[in-house]
Amino acid sequence: MYIVKRFVTMLLTIWVIASLTFIIMKFIPGDPFASDADVLPEHVLDNMRAKYHLDEPIPVQYVLYLKSLVMFDLGPSIQSETRSVNSIIASGFPASATLGIQAIIVAVVFGLLLGIIAALYHNRLLDYISMVIAIIGISVPSFILAPLLINYFAVKWGMLPVASWGSFQHSILPSIALATTPLAVIARFMRSSMIEVMNQNYMKTADAKGLSSFKIVFNHGIRNAILPVVSFMGPLFVSLITGTFVIEKIFAIPGIGKYFVDSIFNRDYPVIMGTTVFFSVILVVTLFLIDISYRFIDPRIKLTSKGD
Amino acid sequence: MEHLLKVDQLKVNFNTYGGEVKAVRDVSFHVDQGEIVAIVGESGSGKSVTVQSIMGLIPSPPGMIKGGSIQFEGKDLLTLSKRQMRKIKGSKIGMIFQDPMTSLNPTMKVGKQIAEALITHRNFSKANAKNKAVEMLKLVGIPNPEARFQQYPHEYSGGMRQRAMIAIALACSPDLLIADEPTTALDVTIQAQVLELMKELQKKMNTAIILITHDLGVVAETAQRVLVMYGGVVVESASVMELFENPRHPYTWGLLQSIPDTDTSEKKRLVPIAGSPPDLFSPPKGCPFAPRCKYAMDICLEEMPTDYDISDGHTAKCWLNDERAPHPETFARLGETENA
Ligand SMILES: Nc1ncnc2c1ncn2[C@@H]1O[C@H](COP(=O)(O)OP(=O)(O)OP(=O)(O)O)[C@@H](O)[C@H]1O
Ligand SMILES: [Mg+2]
Repeated sequence: MYIVKRFVTMLLTIWVIASLTFIIMKFIPGDPFASDADVLPEHVLDNMRAKYHLDEPIPVQYVLYLKSLVMFDLGPSIQSETRSVNSIIASGFPASATLGIQAIIVAVVFGLLLGIIAALYHNRLLDYISMVIAIIGISVPSFILAPLLINYFAVKWGMLPVASWGSFQHSILPSIALATTPLAVIARFMRSSMIEVMNQNYMKTADAKGLSSFKIVFNHGIRNAILPVVSFMGPLFVSLITGTFVIEKIFAIPGIGKYFVDSIFNRDYPVIMGTTVFFSVILVVTLFLIDISYRFIDPRIKLTSKGD
Repeated sequence: MEHLLKVDQLKVNFNTYGGEVKAVRDVSFHVDQGEIVAIVGESGSGKSVTVQSIMGLIPSPPGMIKGGSIQFEGKDLLTLSKRQMRKIKGSKIGMIFQDPMTSLNPTMKVGKQIAEALITHRNFSKANAKNKAVEMLKLVGIPNPEARFQQYPHEYSGGMRQRAMIAIALACSPDLLIADEPTTALDVTIQAQVLELMKELQKKMNTAIILITHDLGVVAETAQRVLVMYGGVVVESASVMELFENPRHPYTWGLLQSIPDTDTSEKKRLVPIAGSPPDLFSPPKGCPFAPRCKYAMDICLEEMPTDYDISDGHTAKCWLNDERAPHPETFARLGETENA
């Protein structure tokens, strides 16, 4: 069955990413304690290496690493004695997830809406306005948009908080900054897809049935037009999720992205590996869900068939 | 008796980059209750544009209805609002299109596509609409209608899809069915079945049909009356019998000569009509067929012929029918011997 096959592929993908992360980390010269080597006595360093199993042969480390992954245990952090990688992710995840989900909702809802409006007013004023908005959205990167938004909405007009996290108000500007580019991409794709669908014969059939324009567009147009758009939602979500690193840094949001960036500066190997694996799991699962939903929208593709 | 549909002096233009296309020029005809009227004519002669005007399906822009009237059950469809028009489309007038492969929505169950019309026009509940839709599927000869109701168009064959289209068009028992080349895209054997079905339903439901076709054989078998179109103009109109026995327009002669004769064992060559279709951007001021007409006279290039009444219900737009013109029958015979 397709879903099962797709699910197994997903697990394999996660394994490959986890292994690559491990290998790359091992290739980086030095170890997490390299910078402490001058300060600490040799036997202390040895003890610490032992604690993180860094004294074992690499294959053994690899097996231990995979074992703990399967147990959903990402190990202890090196930087903060008391915290495990799991607890770091657990504390960062709510903010990142809120930001990501809000941005996805904004991008999908307004992107589709903008695209549909542009298509329905094809070659008229609303179409041109929508597409100018879309082109600006695509060409202005989030790290430029974010300071602009902060400058106007927070600093000049004082409508929203400048940065940091806490209330819904705090999440508005970062969500918009993060959503803009994917929103614009979705709008452009939806527009061209919808224009194509509006010229299809079955739209004429729907019209000849005496349906209202609203029903023609909603019941017959959108589902067909959305298909090609859904098929590239995957890469779009990937860029959105990686975009959270930048946005969390700019807005000083205590999300996973921030911990991830910090962990790189601190050479906190377990945190780097843990968050990398965590992000890739999120991505791979998202792609899996998009793929499955695509098959629900398009009846011509059967969930039960073997074919792709 | 009042005609069910009366199209009068219909003019439709399209604005294109090349200029204004005069796709339909002063087309007039009528359809009576329960009657099958065929429209024939070569590609680009304005058949689809004519019937799409009736349904209000001309895309605008680029299309524009420049004049005329379309009387249907006492109302001029061209003056109705979009909203009033929606009450007629799919309810009093149904339409089937040429290509059944692309005329059904691929992401909606066939049953729902039929039920939709009933829910919109007849205020059916979902359950009632479903029952009626299953009944319609059965009526159009789709086996296992209950299961077929739940299927998507890609699970249907071409012939079955056209049957489903017929079910959609007839779901609300319209008074008029417009079928724009309903069988052109189908296999020959399926063509015959679908036509047979349309004839049968037409009898059962007493629906009038406008049938567009390229195939004069189909006309002979199904229609009572026929319109011959050329260059956006109705050049001849008559009962089917009359048209086959006493055609009065050289373009019709050409069409009749190009029917392959399947009765005689001897293979007759299909005779194409020489020359190319007219330029609709700047139609000649005379008869649109004149440049290709073997019998064209000076006046044909100068002035559009009027409709000559040949007999009751038979008109031909050709100067040869004028009493001052040479007798057309001699020409007809001449044409026959020439092509024999
Ligand atoms: N949307 C449109 N835009 C521009 N021109 C059009 C449009 N629709 C039709 N026309 C023009 O109108 C003329 C008549 O077209 P129509 O479709 O009525 O021909 P037809 O008789 O149905 O031909 P066919 O047998 O090929 O279906 C053609 O010359 C065509 O170019
Ligand atoms: Mg046509």
